[in-house]
Amino acid sequence: MAKVLMKGNEALAEAAIQAGCRHYFGYPITPQNEVTAYMAKRMPEVGGVFLQAESEVSAINMVYGAGGAGARVLITSSSPGISLMQEGISYIAGAEVPCVIANIMRGGPGLGGIQPSQSDYFQATKGGGHGDYKLIVLAPSTIQEMAELVQQAFHIADKYRNPVMILGDGMLGQMMEPVDFDILKKEENKIEEKPWATTGMGTRSKRNIINSLELDPQVLEKHNIEIFKKYQKAAKEEVRYEMTDCEEAEIILVAYGTIARVAKNAIELAKRENIKVGLIRPISLWPFPEEPFKKTRDHVKAYLTIEMSMGQMVEDVKLAVNGQKEVHFYGRVGGMVPEPMAILEEIKKIRGKK
Amino acid sequence: MDEKIIFAGFGGQGIMSMGLIMSYAGMMDGKNVSWLPSYGPEMRGGTANCHVTISDEPVGSPIINEATVVVAMNRPSLEKYEKYIVPGGKLFINTSLIEKKAERKDIEIYEIAANDIANELGNLKIANMVILGALVRATNITKFESVLKALVEVLGPSKEHLVSINEKALKKGSELIENLNDKQKSHLE
Amino acid sequence: MAVVFQKTKGLTDTPFHYCPGCTHGIVHRLVAEVMEELGVLDKAIGVAPVGCAVFAYEYFNCDMQEAAHGRAPAVATGIKRVHPDKIVFTYQGDGDLAAIGTAETVHAAARGENITVIFINNAIYGMTGGQMAPTSLIGQETLTTPYGRKPENNGYPIKMCEMLSTLEGASYIERVSVYDVKHVLNAKKAIKNAFTAQINKKGFSMIEVLSSCPTNWGMSPNEALKWIKDKMEPYYPLGVYKNTLEEVKQNG
Ligand SMILES: Cc1ncc(C[n+]2csc(CCOP(=O)(O)OP(=O)(O)O)c2C)c(N)n1
Ligand code: SF4
Ligand SMILES: [Mg+2]
Repeated sequence: MAKVLMKGNEALAEAAIQAGCRHYFGYPITPQNEVTAYMAKRMPEVGGVFLQAESEVSAINMVYGAGGAGARVLITSSSPGISLMQEGISYIAGAEVPCVIANIMRGGPGLGGIQPSQSDYFQATKGGGHGDYKLIVLAPSTIQEMAELVQQAFHIADKYRNPVMILGDGMLGQMMEPVDFDILKKEENKIEEKPWATTGMGTRSKRNIINSLELDPQVLEKHNIEIFKKYQKAAKEEVRYEMTDCEEAEIILVAYGTIARVAKNAIELAKRENIKVGLIRPISLWPFPEEPFKKTRDHVKAYLTIEMSMGQMVEDVKLAVNGQKEVHFYGRVGGMVPEPMAILEEIKKIRGKK
Repeated sequence: MDEKIIFAGFGGQGIMSMGLIMSYAGMMDGKNVSWLPSYGPEMRGGTANCHVTISDEPVGSPIINEATVVVAMNRPSLEKYEKYIVPGGKLFINTSLIEKKAERKDIEIYEIAANDIANELGNLKIANMVILGALVRATNITKFESVLKALVEVLGPSKEHLVSINEKALKKGSELIENLNDKQKSHLE
Repeated sequence: MAVVFQKTKGLTDTPFHYCPGCTHGIVHRLVAEVMEELGVLDKAIGVAPVGCAVFAYEYFNCDMQEAAHGRAPAVATGIKRVHPDKIVFTYQGDGDLAAIGTAETVHAAARGENITVIFINNAIYGMTGGQMAPTSLIGQETLTTPYGRKPENNGYPIKMCEMLSTLEGASYIERVSVYDVKHVLNAKKAIKNAFTAQINKKGFSMIEVLSSCPTNWGMSPNEALKWIKDKMEPYYPLGVYKNTLEEVKQNG
């Protein structure tokens, strides 16, 4: 397969299929409808299952069932639908069931709008449902990267027996770019045995139980601690980020997903005026990359976090910078996208300060 | 090369396909491309636009704040996007639907009665291809052959029967530019 | 010239955003006229759904709340329990009422919640661009049933009137359509009965309206009306499924 021009939503679906995902459960919602439409067409072609559930509540529980039964399973939605799934996601994490969840974010709160947004960052990275658990959260910024991260997501989900979330926005879901599926890492598509899955006992002597209930506090505490050991491992092994022009930068922008691309345009504008600006682009939002901040916080004057939110990731940036340098924030919300010019203005404001 | 093109008009004027064909053609020419549509519920005969970037470098923001080329298929589009064009950029106006003149003096303006020409060719729906043909010839952003190939790709097997009429429209648009004599051309600058 | 169309006080001046030929507009007008004729506009509180009718709160000339997708009957329940003497209604599509909000619908009916539900069955998800609805017909091609709805994969379309009429709490349940003038007039009568049931504190009432979505069915408005008659009506028979209203029983 050579390069093909695809929408982010379609590339997400195709990458999942190429990663061996044969079960998809969904419910229509804008701006991720192309995933459901693509799966409806494509799954029957590859002998997979596409099922339109009656709601996101139901869909995420189908995922719980299918993932627990050993399948590579995908579910996608957009903000309001992801909110509805939070109960199920908590159960999935508690029962240690692998699955991939994609949130193609739109403006909120409530019904909000359908234009791009990044205002579900807290929900994605800090829990969202009840209990102590984490999602591993990956944020692509191009369609090619969407395909790559979706493939990795299935691998990571299986490796940790934990849900992995792809966090994109409406812009990424709707836009088209060339994708090359040939350069994806095929070895990650190999599905390893899942001896814990509920497949029917067959010749197995021990029963397999998928469950998150534990009434004995001592045992439940131990379970929590075990889960967090996995998270500690993930915090070491699954950190992903990109740094651009950071070595000499006076100010470093921090942005993820599509907004990192807008930030790159701002950097170009700054260059024209001989202002040295760099970019840290977290690719894994959880685990949040602290490395690039440690590397840069000695020489940089300040950081400027840019988001399509009222300021969510900026809190993690502040934790990583640890009070050693100023951390500023610029955001647009409700489907409005920060413009490169406006970012440049912010940069100038920060430079102007003593 | 770093071309940023905004196509805009009513829903139903084939705005999205214009952008798609350009993007495919750019990709076939080995460029980096991105295509960003306006999106919303399939209701109301509202306005539609798409932003297409064709570049030697990886594409940064897919949103175009400064366009090198704007295609305005209806009046609201002209009013909205004329100011987006960089000095020296190009503006294509569908004069069949837009009586208003462009105001800018620092850009190249191409006035094309696309609906009328499409009607003459026998199908109002190909007005978009008339303009696209002109755009490709006037800007050389992509190879004309690539556009013809991209057309087949975008129409797909289900609309294969429409290829020839669309091709005709593309070529007609291209001829309009070729037939501009040097005097007219300099007048444009 | 005879006045064919007189504006009702039940609607605001905001122009509808619906596609040409969409029957959502007709049903809005019927509901509004009924509320006006029953003199309840000043005490009506409506609940808008998530679906193409999401902006219903812009159109009905009474107090309105906007619910989350499928939750309108629960929201209406909350409103009614605060204001038992007010007239509370929901206006919902098939995805909203019979998929994501099935539990809310069934339990509002089971409780005999004294509200009126206007149910627009257009056999499709209109707002999101034409996916399968719980009411899509067998064989119907939609974005999510590109090979046609198949019972093996998607099960069978839900008949809400039949289902809900088995519940004690339901007081008035009728299925109508709006594909011609005669049926429009009848639909209005049905809607009036449903509101009357509520005024008489009879319990849950619902009117299912077989409606068109020319845009996502890929048809002209007229073809779409014909499709309701030819394709939908045989599967979804029109008629009164439950009636505890004495007057209506007598008058037929
Ligand atoms: C929790 C949630 N999931 C999904 C959606 C997206 N959504 C909006 S409207 C709709 C379906 C509308 O269909 P229907 O209820 O039949 O109404 P119609 O548009 O056909 O009148 C969906 C799935 C949403 N807004 N919220
Ligand atoms: S999409 Fe369908 S239901 Fe929605 S307004 Fe248009 S015709 Fe009506
Ligand atoms: Mg519907």
